[in-house]
Amino acid sequence: MIGDQFYESISRESIENLPESLLKDLYHTMLKIRIFEEKVALLVEKKQIFTPCHLYIGQETVAAGVCASLKSDDYVYSTHRSHGHYIAKGGDIRTLMAEIFGRATGCSKGYGGSMHACSPDIGLPGSSAIVGGTIPIAVGTALAFFNEGKHRVSVTFFGDGATTEGVLYESLNFAKLKNMPVIFVCENNFYSTHLHISDMQSNIKISKRAEAFNVPAFTVDGNNVISVYNTAKSAIEKARHGKGPSFIECLTYRWRGHVGPDWDLDKGIRNKEEVEWWVNNCGIKRMEKLLLSEGILTDSEKINLINKLSDEVEEAVEFAKNSPFPEVQDYKNEVFK
Amino acid sequence: MRRITYSEAINETLHQIMKENDRVLLIGQGVTSPWYVGTTTTGLYDAFGEKRVIDTPLSENAITGIAIGSAIAGSRPILEHPRMDFMYLAMDQIANHASNWYFMFGQQVNVPITIWGIINRGGEQAAQHSQALHSMFTHIPGLKVIMPSTPYDAKGLLVASIEDDNPVLFIDDRWLYGIEGYVPKGLYKLPIGEGAIRKEGKDVTLIATSYMVHVALKTVSLLEDDYSIEVIDLLSLKPLDTALIYESVKKTGRVIILDGGWKTCGLASEISALISEYVFEYLKAPILRVALPDAPAPASTALEKAYYPDENKMITVVKEIMKTGSFQWQKLQWNTK
Repeated sequence: MIGDQFYESISRESIENLPESLLKDLYHTMLKIRIFEEKVALLVEKKQIFTPCHLYIGQETVAAGVCASLKSDDYVYSTHRSHGHYIAKGGDIRTLMAEIFGRATGCSKGYGGSMHACSPDIGLPGSSAIVGGTIPIAVGTALAFFNEGKHRVSVTFFGDGATTEGVLYESLNFAKLKNMPVIFVCENNFYSTHLHISDMQSNIKISKRAEAFNVPAFTVDGNNVISVYNTAKSAIEKARHGKGPSFIECLTYRWRGHVGPDWDLDKGIRNKEEVEWWVNNCGIKRMEKLLLSEGILTDSEKINLINKLSDEVEEAVEFAKNSPFPEVQDYKNEVFK
Repeated sequence: MRRITYSEAINETLHQIMKENDRVLLIGQGVTSPWYVGTTTTGLYDAFGEKRVIDTPLSENAITGIAIGSAIAGSRPILEHPRMDFMYLAMDQIANHASNWYFMFGQQVNVPITIWGIINRGGEQAAQHSQALHSMFTHIPGLKVIMPSTPYDAKGLLVASIEDDNPVLFIDDRWLYGIEGYVPKGLYKLPIGEGAIRKEGKDVTLIATSYMVHVALKTVSLLEDDYSIEVIDLLSLKPLDTALIYESVKKTGRVIILDGGWKTCGLASEISALISEYVFEYLKAPILRVALPDAPAPASTALEKAYYPDENKMITVVKEIMKTGSFQWQKLQWNTK
């Protein structure tokens, strides 16, 4: 199984020096994304949502692990698979759900849809549906931060598909050349739409390519939230203190298809065993198991948390459904500021 | 009256505005070179240093994204392309990102970037170093496009571009760099979207932009005794000063559009269509588009002569329009049959 060689269980030792509140927050963030996304999947199936939704289910560990070390005035840039990053950076799920429903109260006022989550207040100035599109933009933000001298950090999330785009390498070169405070986070879920990475890439060790630009590069078990957290934290701290960019490849898996709720099991794209392997190694379950066994989380706390988050998501759906659609106005006033 | 050249006007503007506003950055290929961009960037690196005057690797797409990202984070970047032919490499960041951003995220995040594209026609530079791509970019919603023709307009509109909260493509032409004209010493701003009447007339309107304005004015000076010719300088392609065009058409009833780019789907075609849609009843003759043939730029001087419109060809065009009401412009170009 691809990914086998990277698998590691979350060890007791790895969390010994981490505060309980942080561990609970990481779990909370991942769970919030999962419950939100499961609801979106259901509503797409029920044909209540029309915008193409690229679900983040299975990859929650990455967004949660990286964003935990960011400040609200650090910027992250997302992709067409934008919900998880938005939630992990602290975005309001009501306005995200409203955006997915195409409402005026949406986080992009109904102009962006699922692929274009945005929340400038929390440090998410945009998400691009052009693969690799926000990579140089994040580097440019790092340039502005660098010139400003306030030790802010810029992060770009992208998938393995973006690593066959030339713009990544142009960006890595410039970021290292100018020592920019930017973190490149590659969520390697092994698939670009319908194609497996081995059908797309001549060398699947993605982080090696960042090393070629002298950018410190790491490959981590992307379903181990502690590994992601530790690696990202150290990279972010380095960037914040003038030590330049880092590249983090997180090995993970999207449970559903490229777009929409389908599991893609009957399309000849991937087999059931592979999907089951990843589902069994769910990043949330692994963390949950550890927190329960260490007594950091109790069963009743867990149930209460799931209920609370489910209620919040239901509330977000109600908010979205009760919100007005955007008014049709003179578009000319909306194209330019 | 203080007279300086077009290139001196640009250099002076950059010095003054970078001194006035420390958020202004100049980024692009050759900005520290003594010859890449003529003398327009002379002295800037020494005055403002490596953080604000950034000579870049050959990575047009990423560098454009980097400028966009810096703009999103509060900088006012001027992104320079010494030959606009190379802007094709940055099409994704210009068209998909900079130009869509403000609209796509519900008017929450704007991209105040100035893209400075330079046309380098003539000099046997052939198909990939001579292109005038203004029409290509004017097609994109969300991108303002301006083409100043005089040193005075170059200064006032460059300031306006930098201060504008939207992406603005500022296009100049190396053939303009030696042209002298009145330029006030201090900083001033001209409105983007307003054209100018360069010469009033009654018989026929020549509509032009950038270097073609000077071709139009030379034509007028050669035909002054024969006809009363009006010359309109558009200055801005988007937004377009349609009121100025329509008023002139109502007065003269005859229109010749001088476009420095290709004819098919070009600026001249757009203006021609607008006139037909809105002021058709005032026309005394078919609208004529004087533009480049649908062929790449050739190298040999002998072929360049056939390729580019000039005042000598324009004399024939204007005379024929006045005498017979129509003219096949292609007859004067390339293939004379």
